[in-house]
Amino acid sequence: MSNPTSTAPIATPPEATEPSALQRFLSGSAGRNLGLVIALVLLIAAGAITAGDRFMNVENFLTIVRLASIIGVISIGGTFVITSGGIDLSVGSLMGLATVVATLSSVQAAASQTTWLLMIVVALVVGALGGLINGIVIAYGRVVPFMATLAMLVAARGLAELLSDRKTQIINVQGFLNFFRGDAFGVPALIWMFVVVAIIGWFLLARTTFGRRTVALGGNYEASRLAGIKVKRHTVSLYVLAGLASGIAATMMMGRTTVGTSTHGTLYELDVIAAVVVGGTLLVGGRGTIVGTVLGVLIFATLTNVFTQNNLSTSVQAITKGVIIVVAVLLQQRFAARGSRSS
Amino acid sequence: MVKGDTAPSLLVMSGIVKSFNGVPALRGVDLEVRAGEVHCVLGQNGAGKSTLIKILAGAYQPDGGQISWNSEPTSIPTPVDALALGIATMYQELDVVDGLTIAENIFLGHESSTLGFLNRARSARETHDLLARLGHGDLSPHQLVGTLPAAGKQIVSMARALSRNTRLIVMDEPSAVLDSEEVRNLFRVVRELTSQNIAVIYISHRLEEIRQIGDRITVIKDGQTVASGLSAPDTPTSDLIHLMTGRSVEHFFPDRTALPVDAPVVLDVAGLSLRETFSDVSFQVRAGEIVGLAGLVGSGRSEILETVYGARKPTSGTVSVKGRALRLGSVDDAVAAGVGLSPEERKSQGLLLEEPVYRNVTLSTISRFARGGLLDERGERAATAEQLTALHARPDDPDYLTGNLSGGNQQKVLLARWLVHGTTVLLLDEPTRGVDVGARAEIYAIIRRLADAGTAIVVVSSEIEEVLGLADRVLIIGDGHVLDTRPATEIDEHGVLELVMKGNAA
Repeated sequence: MSNPTSTAPIATPPEATEPSALQRFLSGSAGRNLGLVIALVLLIAAGAITAGDRFMNVENFLTIVRLASIIGVISIGGTFVITSGGIDLSVGSLMGLATVVATLSSVQAAASQTTWLLMIVVALVVGALGGLINGIVIAYGRVVPFMATLAMLVAARGLAELLSDRKTQIINVQGFLNFFRGDAFGVPALIWMFVVVAIIGWFLLARTTFGRRTVALGGNYEASRLAGIKVKRHTVSLYVLAGLASGIAATMMMGRTTVGTSTHGTLYELDVIAAVVVGGTLLVGGRGTIVGTVLGVLIFATLTNVFTQNNLSTSVQAITKGVIIVVAVLLQQRFAARGSRSS
Repeated sequence: MVKGDTAPSLLVMSGIVKSFNGVPALRGVDLEVRAGEVHCVLGQNGAGKSTLIKILAGAYQPDGGQISWNSEPTSIPTPVDALALGIATMYQELDVVDGLTIAENIFLGHESSTLGFLNRARSARETHDLLARLGHGDLSPHQLVGTLPAAGKQIVSMARALSRNTRLIVMDEPSAVLDSEEVRNLFRVVRELTSQNIAVIYISHRLEEIRQIGDRITVIKDGQTVASGLSAPDTPTSDLIHLMTGRSVEHFFPDRTALPVDAPVVLDVAGLSLRETFSDVSFQVRAGEIVGLAGLVGSGRSEILETVYGARKPTSGTVSVKGRALRLGSVDDAVAAGVGLSPEERKSQGLLLEEPVYRNVTLSTISRFARGGLLDERGERAATAEQLTALHARPDDPDYLTGNLSGGNQQKVLLARWLVHGTTVLLLDEPTRGVDVGARAEIYAIIRRLADAGTAIVVVSSEIEEVLGLADRVLIIGDGHVLDTRPATEIDEHGVLELVMKGNAA
């Protein structure tokens, strides 16, 4: 089938059929990320102009990133799931459940007798188990990811309420609190955790066979299956990864708030999806970017900070977020259309 | 069949020129179509056929040249103008709405209504009349289009064209999605249309069809008309191929190589059955042998291939490769054992269209291009480039976007995937679907070369001629059973059909 870019003799594709160098750059990953960096710089400029020194200081920037780090860690996991063409709505409630289980008095008693690392392990296991159930239901039960993880969202929240009796459980394991409230080289532990998770995530998605297969699944599930990729096993591992990220985020949340409660992480799934998609990962799968996700998370965190510094209501904030999401997706579609086939 | 030379021209396009971003797609196309004829437009992929169709449909504007309609100069600025003139286009991806009924589809956009209320009874009656004119009075106007097979959707598409008082219908590869019975049916409908003095522009890669249905042929090469007014029934195939490709294709199918008597059995399928699809299928393929599965659509031939590959789980039977029994219903076990499949639907089942070529080529072997899970993209590109060069893929750039390749080159990407993998058994389902004539001969030669190198190959094709020309041995499949096995040289197309008919009747 001829399309405008391949109508000329195919042996010597003329240069002019290709998009211009600028177009190619803009539709490439570097170009997309550059757009996000520009958006972030504009936001920071807006903050500097409207809030001055209250905004433009190291302490405030650390606050922004520290607050972004929990959503950030979950979003790294979410990027993998969304890149593969799936969706995970249960990440927020799995995080809540993990904080509840890890702060049960029996767990805390055991942790103070042995080591506070036990609480971390418990949170990670709870997150990963939740993800495992999601993955099995989706891959082997053939339930669409939206419904499977919606069910998990509701059920995990319910289980968290049941286990905690809807009470907030205060953490009294001192070693745990000291670790998460500490810092290294002037940078808080939470930020370090986000950085480490993001680097591992980037490496995994961009440089490993695991990442390549994830992109392949999202690009064409049937073709991946027929190419011999173990698609079901891979799907399960992706949701385990997302659950694990929720577990890590749960430890960070417990460290920041010093409590475990079933309401932790409410509506986080929406913030995660927004950050991932604004970052440039395709919601239908087949393309994913960890750098984009990190930038997306930072954009929303900075936005919140700028609005708070200017005493603007959360309602105005929500409206602005909505506009940003739509604009980002519109721009993405523009570039995607240019970068890919014209027919 | 050729209409008298005195028949008036309905459409004359002359010197049509069209460029995209400075790249010429059409550089002087002439086309003259008479009322009531079937005019075939031949050309390789990329010759400019699609651009030409889109100009006729009002989707593109030509940069130069004249169009005259009923001997009057005209222009077709929008698709609405094309319909108003009486030009309807049936694209390959049929533009029918699955969720609407046949009647609703036919009158979409010009619904029969009184004061805004749909006049359902009248549109149902008119729909029935239209379907009857096409010889399909048996279809209910109230049936949902989504429940129809591709052939039925084409009928709806044609009935819609008739409902608009159409004078010319452009059909872009209408037979690509049909089996041979449905193609015969399509031809009946086309003759019905031409007998009502409607002209048809028929585009197809299948020369046999053009001989059967066509009146005259226009050949396009590199955006230019290189021959026109050729007689469709009488022009020799070699001439047509020469005109299209600019080179002569002496031997369309490669010569067979005698199989060594001691060639070992590589693939052994025994008693394979899949519920309600096929039963008790057994065959063996030796190293270096090409076995073809011939049969009608629905005979189970593609399903047999997919089941051997593990993409479907059989109800009983065994598949062994080099003596090792495969885990049934497991694609990754088959791939690990050295079996590769080039699937029927190249785009939806085979390729990542939005990814560069090299990522498609290494999709099945990705772990080989990694150390400790860490990718070696340079190695991937090098291995891909090597295969692309060997297969004469154009362009041979490993970073080229796969979706932008022509059908033939996409097929080469799939072959490259299994060449890199080093498969001992290669299963090919419709290896030349949507591939133009020149590239077909190339693909056939590659397949034979692979066999000569010792690969055991199984080919499925809806074109019986292709199976017979390419394979060493043919399994004739009818109604889910192997009806017969013959050396390909000892049976012809007629013989295959006869066996299939007899088998189906039994």
